[in-house]
Amino acid sequence: MAAVSILETRGLTKAYGGVLANSDVNFKLAKGKVTALIGPNGAGKSTFVGMVSGRTEATSGQVFFEGQDISHLPAHKRMQLGLAYTFQITSIFPGLSVHENVALAARRKLGKNPEALEAKVQAVLTRVGIADRAEQIAGDLSYGHQRILEIAMGLAQDPHVFILDEPTQGLAESEVDDFIKLVRSLAGETTILLIEHNMKVVMETADFITVLDQGMVLAEGTPAEIHANADVQAAYLGSTPHA
Amino acid sequence: MTSSRKSTLLHLGVLALLVVLFFVLPPYHAGNLSRIMVLAIYAMGYNLLFGYTGLLSLGHAMFFAAGMYGFGLTLNLGGWPVPLAFVAGVVCAGALALVIGLLALRTAGVAFMIVTLMFAQTGYLVVLYFGTYTRGDEGFVIQQAQRMLGGFDLTSETGRYVTALILFAICFLGLARLVQTPFGRTLVAIRENEERTRMLGYDAGSHKLRALIISGAVSGVAGAAYALLFGYVGATFATVQYSIFPLLWVLLGGAGTTIGPLIGVFFMFYLIDTSSTYTNAYMLIAGVVLVLLTVFAPQGLAGELRKRVFKWLP
Repeated sequence: MAAVSILETRGLTKAYGGVLANSDVNFKLAKGKVTALIGPNGAGKSTFVGMVSGRTEATSGQVFFEGQDISHLPAHKRMQLGLAYTFQITSIFPGLSVHENVALAARRKLGKNPEALEAKVQAVLTRVGIADRAEQIAGDLSYGHQRILEIAMGLAQDPHVFILDEPTQGLAESEVDDFIKLVRSLAGETTILLIEHNMKVVMETADFITVLDQGMVLAEGTPAEIHANADVQAAYLGSTPHA
Repeated sequence: MTSSRKSTLLHLGVLALLVVLFFVLPPYHAGNLSRIMVLAIYAMGYNLLFGYTGLLSLGHAMFFAAGMYGFGLTLNLGGWPVPLAFVAGVVCAGALALVIGLLALRTAGVAFMIVTLMFAQTGYLVVLYFGTYTRGDEGFVIQQAQRMLGGFDLTSETGRYVTALILFAICFLGLARLVQTPFGRTLVAIRENEERTRMLGYDAGSHKLRALIISGAVSGVAGAAYALLFGYVGATFATVQYSIFPLLWVLLGGAGTTIGPLIGVFFMFYLIDTSSTYTNAYMLIAGVVLVLLTVFAPQGLAGELRKRVFKWLP
């Protein structure tokens, strides 16, 4: 990749007992671009972003973020540096209002300035289209809206790198289209690392694609290159004819 | 009217009511209310950790007792003046909470309950072990002459009530303010979903430790105030029973609400007081009422009110 990288991993490896979930992953994330991480189930995608975000401890290898070695920082410190992460399995504050969910995400930076905080929360809620639900209890929202809320919580942090772990899983077709629009509108504003199974989303949003298979990087490139790659077709695309 | 204005009015209203009650209540009930306010401070300290942060401790008696003995021993054996001894009690409780927190917060859930229970049991045994100074189970009395503050007699009914009310007001307003700050909101977030809170970039561990220190120190205020106003320091207050009480009060009154602890203590106190005038089996009545409340008002009295009527209740 020619673009400047904002995040880089070197030799990142995770072993669960004798099983290698990731082995020796060298990866560069292009700044300001949308990069999709794809691969068959069990390819190690979630483990990989878990190690990048600090949720999962790496067995060996290093993670660099904006030139700084963050391999040994706890997750919350990495978030403070400008990473944001949305969970594969929806993780919100179900007992609190939608507004408070987003406010919690924004407050770490804007806690000392109530007006700016309020403006930020409103702006984010409007942007993802759930401003009219601000006072609802988050746990009462539909599944699709909870996914959107989680994305809103990521955006509210103004992340430098935004990691989305299967954000469209379980969303209706129309919601997926809205999501695609949202990700496109973020291009240039932030850097996105997207784990995604839905090939439509990948092909319509990603600038670059990295394919993981059996814990290793199988291929990297633009969507067109990946589409044409024979190895990828064999390992992944070949098994999903609708893609 | 905004919710924050309503809650300010509510808090000031509660305090105003407590002032008025002193003038209208017969001395017996005013005396009870002094005790209730002191115990409510203890319950509020507990509530910060349990109700707001979601950490269930079964060992808070050690912080109550640390405040009590920190105050009583420096006053009695050290001959310290009352204000200084009081501060010593609070500092003892806060410092103990720091040490316990560093160890116990490495655990969570049931393990946290057991670890705090064990530490509190250790605390009780320490009190007995140093019986030479603490007089063990028997305890010691703080003489009336020692319970003076600049010529103001803290053993009189008025002195007691005023002191209890001032201390209660400070803790009540202070904690009500604290839970509205970004720090307090983050504690609630930890209670709701700790993993998510951490992945929003908050240091959950340090937040929990700070919550425990404040909770311990406030419990220490209650312990020291109890010794000061009622003149007795004894190992009973370090027993497991005194760790369970604040849990019950907070559950009854409404965990995670600012007025819940006061309501819970008040309710429980008068439940036992009233039922014991009718029968010797008053604990049976108390037990049945507690069971009924848990079944029909699982969020406590203030919690149910918030759910059904006053959504703005802090």
